[in-house]
Amino acid sequence: MALLQVQDLCVTLNTAHGPQEVISHINFSMEAGDKMGIVGESGCGKSITALALMSLLPRDSQTRGKIILEGRDILKLNSNKICSIRGNRIGMIFQEPMTALNPVKQIGAQVSESIYLHLKLTRKQTLERVSELMDKVGLPVSKFGLNLYPHQLSGGQRQRVMIAMAIACNPEILIADEPTTALDVTVQEQILDLIRDLADSSGMALIIISHDLGVIAQTAENVMVMYTGQSVEMGSTMDVFQNMSHPYTYGLFSAIPHVGSSVQLDRKRLNSIPGQVPELHLRPRGCNFADRCSRALKICKDKEPMATRVADHHQVWCYHPLTCEDKK
Amino acid sequence: MKQPLVKIKGIYKDYQLPKKFLFQKAPVFRALHGINLELHHGTSFGIVGESGCGKSTLARIVMALDEPTSGTVFFDGQDLFNMPAAKLKHLRRNFQMVFQDPYGSLNPRKNILGIVAEPLDTLKEKLSFAQKKERVAKILTEVGLNATDTDKFPHEFSGGQRQRIAIARALITRPSLIVADESVSALDVSVQAQVLNLMMDLQEKYNLTYMFISHDLSVVEYVTDQVAVIYMGKIVEQGTTKTLFHGPLHPYTQTLLRAVPDVNPLNKKQKNKPVIPLFKKTDMSCPFIDRCHKATKTCVDNAPELLGNDGHLVACFNAE
Ligand SMILES: Nc1ncnc2c1ncn2[C@@H]1O[C@H](COP(=O)(O)OP(=O)(O)OP(=O)(O)O)[C@@H](O)[C@H]1O
Ligand SMILES: Nc1ncnc2c1ncn2[C@@H]1O[C@H](COP(=O)(O)OP(=O)(O)OP(=O)(O)O)[C@@H](O)[C@H]1O
Ligand code: SF4
Ligand code: SF4
Ligand SMILES: [Mg+2]
Ligand SMILES: [Mg+2]
Repeated sequence: MALLQVQDLCVTLNTAHGPQEVISHINFSMEAGDKMGIVGESGCGKSITALALMSLLPRDSQTRGKIILEGRDILKLNSNKICSIRGNRIGMIFQEPMTALNPVKQIGAQVSESIYLHLKLTRKQTLERVSELMDKVGLPVSKFGLNLYPHQLSGGQRQRVMIAMAIACNPEILIADEPTTALDVTVQEQILDLIRDLADSSGMALIIISHDLGVIAQTAENVMVMYTGQSVEMGSTMDVFQNMSHPYTYGLFSAIPHVGSSVQLDRKRLNSIPGQVPELHLRPRGCNFADRCSRALKICKDKEPMATRVADHHQVWCYHPLTCEDKK
Repeated sequence: MKQPLVKIKGIYKDYQLPKKFLFQKAPVFRALHGINLELHHGTSFGIVGESGCGKSTLARIVMALDEPTSGTVFFDGQDLFNMPAAKLKHLRRNFQMVFQDPYGSLNPRKNILGIVAEPLDTLKEKLSFAQKKERVAKILTEVGLNATDTDKFPHEFSGGQRQRIAIARALITRPSLIVADESVSALDVSVQAQVLNLMMDLQEKYNLTYMFISHDLSVVEYVTDQVAVIYMGKIVEQGTTKTLFHGPLHPYTQTLLRAVPDVNPLNKKQKNKPVIPLFKKTDMSCPFIDRCHKATKTCVDNAPELLGNDGHLVACFNAE
């Protein structure tokens, strides 16, 4: 049985334009130790997907579908049971460490709080666990102590505190939502290494969310590409990044300047995707990408595409996916 | 060779930090440490380095928005910090800045006409409302917006469109220098590509000179001809973009380039190993000594100078 199965997940939120479905029919499943990436541009629904898994969506939202954690649909649980899963079985590192940490509380207290909440430990045991965690994330108590406040730490150190809190109760699943977006590349490298090592050594499943294709390429084994709340392409990172089939995935890759561009004789213009992401209330009836897609067929504007198989475990939601010849 | 458009000469910038005790001398933070650079007509100069290294401080000084503690900037041979205020005001039309934040940098209460026309007030000749409106409409179409967008407000535009508005405002006085401080960093990659393409087209059309600041090394490699790497307020390496990206000599530059995650999952490149500092850093030391895997005893008591030939300069005793 899979550790986590997400089936037909849809989320509707109240927006300025009334209720809008911001996540539509998301499906994926994970085993222990899997590393999955979610990639896509701002507003495509990456964080909302993560918040749905954590049962942290706004109160006035509606969620449909199933989120099955070890055989139990957590969308059907009462709030007490959900609390014992959140933080305990699924840990999360948030997009903005400064807003997720309490600015007026010492870091030691913040980390021990997340332990108190779930593990019934004595004071002494808690302290031991905190010190073990701080070692793991590279902020050894002997060197940093526990009574620093978040503002006294660098961005990378704050993110390490967040990681310590997220893994405090040995969760089976760790969700990292843009864990390095605010950091310098050298610090990013350290934090990604840390997250990867923690996942590898504990068998924790990892969901890493980023808009940075490089970050996903180097940390995730499988990837889901999202556009306007839907998955458009999914598969092993190798397949999707080396043999992309969806015009949007292809567009993303040709829009980024590659390291090494300065040796090319003629620096080509970047391929930008024409137009812009449609607003939620203005999404077209058929394929959401149709207005920007150079491969659109007539059917694309009428009917949403279903998943088709490109290779084993490599799926694309498109009527006219790219073939090898198209990419030459 | 032709005189450079911008000559940055020996810039130091000290910030006074708040006093901890009443009678204490205010502590000083040195944000820039003897910066020398030349920007040539029609080229792009990239500035890279980690957060807090002094990139924006340098940008503000080049724009004469802030005064250096010592050193100066020559724009077209004229000393920006040694001229009457009125003259500087008129000179400003020739250099403009595009900021990072497409949301924060546009006044939400002004319409697009008001925002884009604002720099026209620095011009000597006074323009009528109709003339202004015509100039704004023209520049808006040039950056890919509609001439009829003049009555709209910033919130009616997407992030990429707002950045186009910021570029239109910067271009309206027909400047020769544009300083772009993280101008595309907040944009999604597909929008970023549109804005970068636009900036490169405009450069070709008007022979613009760019000072391009970004923490994204692949973007800097893509758009610039020359690049300087700053570490703690000092240039540690400088050269043509091609040589610097393909044969980085300074350990810090090498660390930076290795840290960029490759989009090809097959490319597991050699990673940076954690550095255990072997030497104690003093005020005399090379600023990078505590993060350097090549540090030797020489680096403890001396800071290396920026030296080199063929325009590839590096500040390191053990560069290779
Ligand atoms: N609390 C909310 N109320 C209403 N709409 C929301 C709310 N939070 C997010 N949305 C909308 O839901 C959509 C998905 O947002 P989400 O935060 O998941 O995007 P994201 O992919 O994480 O983007 P980013 O890369 O910018 O973090 C967006 O259109 C957003 O405007
Ligand atoms: N007004 C000020 N007073 C005191 N210190 C300042 C002031 N402005 C900047 N600094 C300091 O000077 C240093 C350089 O700042 P600057 O904004 O130039 O960095 P940066 O390279 O642009 O960083 P980022 O990539 O984060 O934008 C920083 O350490 C900053 O804290
Ligand atoms: S379904 Fe049609 S419009 Fe949508 S991405 Fe595929 S080809 Fe383009
Ligand atoms: S001078 Fe010494 S410490 Fe400084 S970068 Fe070079 S090798 Fe490293
Ligand atoms: Mg998000
Ligand atoms: Mg800055």
